[in-house]
Amino acid sequence: MLSEHFGDPEARTLEGWEARGGYSALRKALGESRKDIIEEVKKSGLRGRGGAGFPTGVKWSFMPKDSGKQHYLLCNADESEPGTFKDRELMRWTPHQLIEGCLIGAYAIQASHCYIYIRGEFFEATQILARAIEEVYEAGYAGKDVLGSGHDLDITLHLGAGAYICGEETGLMSSLEGQRGEPRVKPPFPAVSGVFKKPTTINNVETLCAVPHIVNNGGEWYQQWGTEKSTGTKLFCVSGHVQRPGNYEVPMGFNFREFIYDVCGGPPDGRTIKAVIPGGSSVPIMSADELDVGMDYEAMISAGTMLGCGSVIVMDDTTDIVKQVRRMVDFYAHESCGQCTPCREGTAWAAKILRRIEDGWGTESDLDTLVEISENMTGKTICVLSDSAAAPITSSIEKFREDYLALIGAGTVETARSA
Amino acid sequence: MSSTAAKETVSCTVDGIAFEVPKGTRMIDAAARTGVDIPHYCYHPGLSAPAQCRMCLVEVEGAPKLQPACTAEVQDGNVILTASENALKAREGVLEFLLVNHPLDCPVCDQSGECKLQDYTAAEGRPMGRLAEPKRIIGVDDFGGDVLFHGDRCVMCTRCVRFMREVAQDERLAVVQRGDKAVIDTFFGEGLEGNIWADNVVDICPVGALVSKDFLHKARAWDLDRTPSICPNCTQGCNITLQVRDNQVMRLKPRPNAEVNGHWMCDFGRLNYQWVNRTGRIEAPLVREDGKLVPMSWSDTLLRLANAARGQSTGVRSVVSPYAANEDLGAVRRLADALGGGSGVFRVESGEEVVLPGFPQLALRSDRAANVRGAELLGFSRAGDSTGMGGLEEAESFDGVILVLGDDLEDASADFGQRSKLFIYVGHVLGGAARNADFVLPSTTFAEMEGSFTNVAGRVQRFWPAIQVPGMSRPAWQILGVLLSGIIDIPAPARPGDAFATLGDLSPAFGGMRFEELGAEGQPLEYSRR
Repeated sequence: MLSEHFGDPEARTLEGWEARGGYSALRKALGESRKDIIEEVKKSGLRGRGGAGFPTGVKWSFMPKDSGKQHYLLCNADESEPGTFKDRELMRWTPHQLIEGCLIGAYAIQASHCYIYIRGEFFEATQILARAIEEVYEAGYAGKDVLGSGHDLDITLHLGAGAYICGEETGLMSSLEGQRGEPRVKPPFPAVSGVFKKPTTINNVETLCAVPHIVNNGGEWYQQWGTEKSTGTKLFCVSGHVQRPGNYEVPMGFNFREFIYDVCGGPPDGRTIKAVIPGGSSVPIMSADELDVGMDYEAMISAGTMLGCGSVIVMDDTTDIVKQVRRMVDFYAHESCGQCTPCREGTAWAAKILRRIEDGWGTESDLDTLVEISENMTGKTICVLSDSAAAPITSSIEKFREDYLALIGAGTVETARSA
Repeated sequence: MSSTAAKETVSCTVDGIAFEVPKGTRMIDAAARTGVDIPHYCYHPGLSAPAQCRMCLVEVEGAPKLQPACTAEVQDGNVILTASENALKAREGVLEFLLVNHPLDCPVCDQSGECKLQDYTAAEGRPMGRLAEPKRIIGVDDFGGDVLFHGDRCVMCTRCVRFMREVAQDERLAVVQRGDKAVIDTFFGEGLEGNIWADNVVDICPVGALVSKDFLHKARAWDLDRTPSICPNCTQGCNITLQVRDNQVMRLKPRPNAEVNGHWMCDFGRLNYQWVNRTGRIEAPLVREDGKLVPMSWSDTLLRLANAARGQSTGVRSVVSPYAANEDLGAVRRLADALGGGSGVFRVESGEEVVLPGFPQLALRSDRAANVRGAELLGFSRAGDSTGMGGLEEAESFDGVILVLGDDLEDASADFGQRSKLFIYVGHVLGGAARNADFVLPSTTFAEMEGSFTNVAGRVQRFWPAIQVPGMSRPAWQILGVLLSGIIDIPAPARPGDAFATLGDLSPAFGGMRFEELGAEGQPLEYSRR
């Protein structure tokens, strides 16, 4: 559904998109009441594809009705979770799919202005989207009095400057306002006081891309895929040690082992899978024997991890788990905004300890310290970046303790010099 | 309880103590009402609350996560636990994190002894650190003005940044970089120089990251004696604490008073205290004998002076200092009235008024002395120019009694008072024309006595003695009160409250006020009649 036109350059243009049925959903939506659209999206069971999986229709219904204030829709296109590249492809190949979703979403929540906050490194996607936005303004799908409906729907593309934290919804709002990209305390929730202190809804690219399909075909139609609570299809970005990495759109609830071994071709010949990160670097690591699980929100949680944004990182038996975890924690230490003490100090401290263990100068008590630091970093901060750094540490120590122990006491003069 | 009252208040318990607070009260403020101090860094009652230090996390029964008490509002029925196992563990965790990069340089840190990191770590931190890694080094940066920045000690509470943004409304500080490299910095060398509110960032810094150059390594916090007082340096009357070691005032710190100065004070007032410590004070009463001033006991001096003054009826010209207390000025007035009456003047330096934008009732006022309003109310009029000079013409050639209180007469002509019948000088130092006096009576400064000032808004505020008086100096109200009792048969005031009680006779504005009821935060004039 979402990825139907990947690889088809004609679908990028307005003409090509219209020829493929584009903007019929917008026309249909503008003829319906906002309440009906929100009800239909609620009925579809569509959940936020940015990682948290919050029901989209419910989120929209939090927006005040006829508040008389300016409302905003923000499209979070700051895709920067390590291992994730689904939104980039959606924007590169089907910019109008996103724009149509944005316009419908903005209409539904009475926002006359939609910002697409796109990651600074996405040069190609930015150019493609910018061209597509020009096209919709020329065609009257955006701007004043869209398609004669009497509604104004503006759409602005905003390029980020390359900070991971600006993908966190309140950090994104701060950044869009011109402040440091620092997450804010909730409450107030964005629907009450969001960007520029106005009611705001923030949706992920993939979420908004699904909206036109739901409007066209109805919420029940969307439910035909997936499980009862995780409906529809989802893009999964597969990277690492599989024979066929890439983006795959599969129904929610698809068997994870089957997905990795059959759909993605399994590990390279002669190797075995050691560990898999199912939802981007922020979620707990799974070991190879835990893969018999459905690819949906509930099943992943009961397996002790999370679906996240569907970024599957596969690691085979040649992988140095400690090094991988250290690299991830380095990333979070580098990307921490530095507001909250547990995150600012905890990520950097944990990274230093992991580096020392990797260099062979760790002790077994370091593992206890790491677990306790991780505990002190979990659930204690404004946003979940700190939790995200802690998850791979605790899950890897729990599941791959032997890998850590193998390094302990292995220090040499050479590693000491390089440390 | 009526239904409207139920809407306005919510009930909660903090560590088992049940009570009601107004709806919208933050948990940290609610806890403070029960006497529970929830540890915190980024929260400051005069600033916005970003909830970023994560020190004030408390457990609320039924909530899945610990709540930041500085932003979470009390909901009806909340059971708040500030010292539960989870809350204590979270605080211990935050303290350990803060010490990851904090140098343990307490022995050479000015904040030591009044440092929140030190206090909380001693109370609730881990007994031993677990850090085996090298610490981050930032070093020292001169932020300009009186402010020195020790980056390594910073806990990134951002109070200083928010003070400059929200209260001084002059954004000169910012957080640069991120993660554990985040650091407070100034913009391109502009620094804090020139903003007269900048030193408040030193006060609100919970650790030793921002320290005062003026106070640098001068005293340890635990060696300082602290006395509530009033800043003498303009008519605003900021509530302050005089901090003293070895009988020397080491620094002035603002003392919170929502009606006057909030939590703040200006650098002009704060750094202008050295005159209180000056040496060369008059230490004994001096009486002119055979053309020379000779020291004498108080009783002999006042007996002679009373004899000399009794029967004088040609009137009095007085010159008083606007730094003098209400009680002192009242005593001058009463003595002058007893000796035939006459006009009195005061001289005051003035300059530009500078308002604190985020707390506009506070300003560095243009009159740079504390008790201009009190002097005016007690019948003294302004004389001289904006440098506090001149305006002595009427007094200097007067042929009756001249009474000078506190004014050092620096610019007076050499023959000031030479034509008078009696020239009484009550003051701190002897120089210039004061040497022409017949009687020189050593008096105390505001830092050495108990008394009150009346500020620009008509608020009467008390101050207390912080340092020992030099030699035989006495408060002017006491000296002049005893003298007056020797001239006309009335009792001398024994306490400053007695002297204050007579002010109502001189100015109706003071009528009905009682010194003892002024409290530590003062009262508006005529409050008792409202």
